[in-house]
Amino acid sequence: MVDITSNSIAAPTVAVARHQYIAFAVMLALLVAAPFFVYPIFLMDALCFALFACAFNLLVGYAGLLSFGHAMFLGSAGYLSAHAAKVWGFPPELAILTGTATAALLGLITGAVAIRRQGIYFAMTTLALAQMIYFFCLEAKFTGGEDGIQRVPRGVLFGALDLSRDMALYWVVLAVFLFGFLLIYRTIHSPFGQVLKAIRENEPRAVSLGYKVDQYKLIAFVLSAALAGLAGSTKAIVFQLASLTDVNWPMSGEVVLMTLLGGLGTVFGPVAGAFIVIALENYLAQLGAWVTIVQGVIFIVCVLTFRRGVIGELGRLLRKSL
Amino acid sequence: MFALLGIPPQALFGQLLIGLINGSFYAMLSLGLAVIFGLLNIINFAHGALYMMGAFFAWFLLQYLGISYWGALILAPIGVGIVGIVLERLLLKHLYKLDHLYGLLLTFGMALVIEGLFRNKYGSSGLPYQMPSALSGGRNLGFMFLPNYRAWVVLVSVTVCLLTWYVIERTKLGSYLRAATENPALVQAFGVNVPRMITITYGFGVALAAFAGVLAAPIYQVSPQMGSNLIIVVFAVVVIGGMGSIMGSILTGFALGVIEGLTKVFYPEASNTAIFVIMAIVLLIKPTGLFGRAH
Amino acid sequence: MKFARTLLMSAAVALCATAAHAQYTGGTVKIGVMSDMSSLYADIGGPGSVLAAQMAAEDFDAAKHGMKVEVVSADHQNKPDVGSAIARKWFDQDGVDAIADVPTSSVALAVADVVKEKNKVFLISGAAIADLTGKACTPNNVHWTYDTWMLAHGTGTAIVKQGGTSWFFLTSDYAFGHALEADTAAVVKANGGQVLGAARHPLNTSDFSSFLLQAQASKAKVIGLANAGGDTINSIKQASEFGIVQGGQSLAALLIFLTDIHSLGLQTAHGLLFTTAWYWDLNDPSRAWAKKFAARHGGKYPTMGQAGVYAAVLHYLKAVSTLKSDADGKAVVDEMKKLPTDDPLFGKGTIRADGRTLHPAYLMEVKKPEESKGEWDLMKVRQTIPADQAFRPMNEGGCPLVKG
Repeated sequence: MVDITSNSIAAPTVAVARHQYIAFAVMLALLVAAPFFVYPIFLMDALCFALFACAFNLLVGYAGLLSFGHAMFLGSAGYLSAHAAKVWGFPPELAILTGTATAALLGLITGAVAIRRQGIYFAMTTLALAQMIYFFCLEAKFTGGEDGIQRVPRGVLFGALDLSRDMALYWVVLAVFLFGFLLIYRTIHSPFGQVLKAIRENEPRAVSLGYKVDQYKLIAFVLSAALAGLAGSTKAIVFQLASLTDVNWPMSGEVVLMTLLGGLGTVFGPVAGAFIVIALENYLAQLGAWVTIVQGVIFIVCVLTFRRGVIGELGRLLRKSL
Repeated sequence: MFALLGIPPQALFGQLLIGLINGSFYAMLSLGLAVIFGLLNIINFAHGALYMMGAFFAWFLLQYLGISYWGALILAPIGVGIVGIVLERLLLKHLYKLDHLYGLLLTFGMALVIEGLFRNKYGSSGLPYQMPSALSGGRNLGFMFLPNYRAWVVLVSVTVCLLTWYVIERTKLGSYLRAATENPALVQAFGVNVPRMITITYGFGVALAAFAGVLAAPIYQVSPQMGSNLIIVVFAVVVIGGMGSIMGSILTGFALGVIEGLTKVFYPEASNTAIFVIMAIVLLIKPTGLFGRAH
Repeated sequence: MKFARTLLMSAAVALCATAAHAQYTGGTVKIGVMSDMSSLYADIGGPGSVLAAQMAAEDFDAAKHGMKVEVVSADHQNKPDVGSAIARKWFDQDGVDAIADVPTSSVALAVADVVKEKNKVFLISGAAIADLTGKACTPNNVHWTYDTWMLAHGTGTAIVKQGGTSWFFLTSDYAFGHALEADTAAVVKANGGQVLGAARHPLNTSDFSSFLLQAQASKAKVIGLANAGGDTINSIKQASEFGIVQGGQSLAALLIFLTDIHSLGLQTAHGLLFTTAWYWDLNDPSRAWAKKFAARHGGKYPTMGQAGVYAAVLHYLKAVSTLKSDADGKAVVDEMKKLPTDDPLFGKGTIRADGRTLHPAYLMEVKKPEESKGEWDLMKVRQTIPADQAFRPMNEGGCPLVKG
């Protein structure tokens, strides 16, 4: 299990290293300037996926648990958020909260089952649990099956900000992303995060030191699920639609792709990976099946020769942990 | 008894039979997966795509070379098996020293590439493949009309599965393979060419998948997505049966097909979920699977 | 940001003002053909629809009217999220003025929302759900060709009158399938028949065995196929594999296209009764157009969906050139409703206030192999249903645009 996250090149201690401040400032500047040059809907899509990938990375990169079913959190949160906004008439902030809470609850239940296995068995378990959720979403009346939940109102945030304007919505989505990103960052660099890393590196020793390993893993799982849910809920509001695509297993594969490409176990890797993959999909959309082929090739290349991912390689060049 | 249950026996037996047929595919595919995992420690996510390639190979043979179904049953597994061997030599062998999960990710990538290439050329709706005339038609069994071809599928699958199990568990070749998994260095020290055995084993597992693909071609339409629809269910079967247990995969495959068929009688919408619910239960009670040994 | 935008807008307006009175956004009238390009509906719409739109643009002769017309296309993959994202991007970024075709009703519903929000035009040809001119109607929708009500009443009535009094449905589990099943069930019951049950299958299913078994067990006289494209083809093929028709039950293909029948072959499909809005062999203009189409489409003859795209685009361009503007979608659609429709394929007709295009419907029967004189000579007309009877009465749809 150690191999899968070989990006810990002299990882910083609990104190935040200065180069990471700089990297964060660069990312923030780019994201603030971007909507004036790039289509805001594309950016919001990428930001939601970046949050999703960061949440996924928390689990695989820092706790060492590769989940192949993370789409269930993204998708089910999206459905609940859409349903809350459309049918229950919740304002967007409550709808997003509803979705996030749903994902956290789902994370608790599925985590309790999945944690009992490790490594490859854990991955298979999450995959199968996700398929169960998929079939539930396919059949349940409220999700609308193949039609999805359409015409989700964007609403008015906190009774003051009208979200139907794309630019206004962008700042909200950016804020949500930054919140999630910083929360993950704080978690990684906290004592809790240190214990997680210890568990990842040598679980038996962590157990012998008296840590309740299963509890730590479960908390990490629930946190990852909740943040993935936050991403899914926000996405449903942005696109005003919740559909089966977000809860199906190819979506789980996509988030693995984004994180792998960006760099497993790096802080900024998932963000870069998400933006690259979404950009690729947009550019290649005209070419239909080529998107799938390119994604497959990226997987193969990354696993064989590019295991550290874009940000990981960048970090290695600069000899800094990113 | 049936009046009590409220369903006509015709419906029940009919769905059970359909379930058995589906179970044949689950069994054959999970057999290939179990062989590859048990002996190579690789989770072959590309298994579904290779099954699809088997079906397409049969289609090519018929379309361009006029070779019928019977020829395809032999040639397609060999052809796709060779492709599998090439992929193993080129890509997979680099991963044997690494964590299992990299194997999963690599074969996932392979699956995407293969499916994407076929979808690019053929779209995703499916090509028709003609049922071989010797097997068309059917007989009325009283409680249902059983197409001959579907009966054939069950017979062939059971035969192939049992043959494979016999070779691996009861012959000398099989014992070499099993020994090589447990301790490759020692077996190699005895002069057995372990890398070659591994390659051939992968090729064999792939050939099994392709064989299932040819079986599927006349009834399930030859479509680039036929593999990805099945692969997740097959994973569930392997997890329930116990990863690496050959007999476990065979029995579980058939059993789950039947259970799925049963569910379709009473609660059709849940039929797909039933397998995963069972998987969750098995994982909670006996994590190594019903027939698995601790790995 | 606002300043930059104002500057750009003024420049654009200035440029437009210098052009000869006509104000086409971006200087071109851009039509986006969104369809299923690679999956089960690719043959009934797909690249053929794109060709039909191009042919309409050519036949319209844009230069003569002082217009430039461009046709773009995209694959919605039968997914509402993909479809609505493409629509948004087309309208926000690519200057598309109208979207055409969109088979797959769930996608059409999602796209209709975006079209209404951005005030563009939606030329629906492939999608079937009658709600598009009913509960879900908008001032920007024009629904050409066919819909579930037309199919249900045409085929359903004919089959019940023939003695098909008990039905079991094999339904595609999404908006279209549900609508077609509901509309047909209503017709069956209204004509004194009964509905014994339904089996819902996922979109793009390859194995219908367990659903067909349920249909057999129900002992219904008629098995109604409330699905389309590849799903219908597979249902019919597997029904023959399972001896359904030999067993005494008959199949009702509620929605079937020329290409489906061609794929099945007359041996399997002969005798099937169904309703269509257009067939290439109905009259001389249609025959001539179909030949031109086939020559550019690998020899494949056009389906009614593709013919609908041609006619809708042609009428749209007429309306735009009359208004000399494509900017206001609602205004263009109002103009389309004002102008009577007249094209070589559907003949003369009108567009109602709810967006429904009126033209006759035809009850068809698939020919026996010996009756066919050509590869695409596949069906014969049993009955012509006049335009005022073929479609749901306007006041029954629940469309908010209809007063009273």
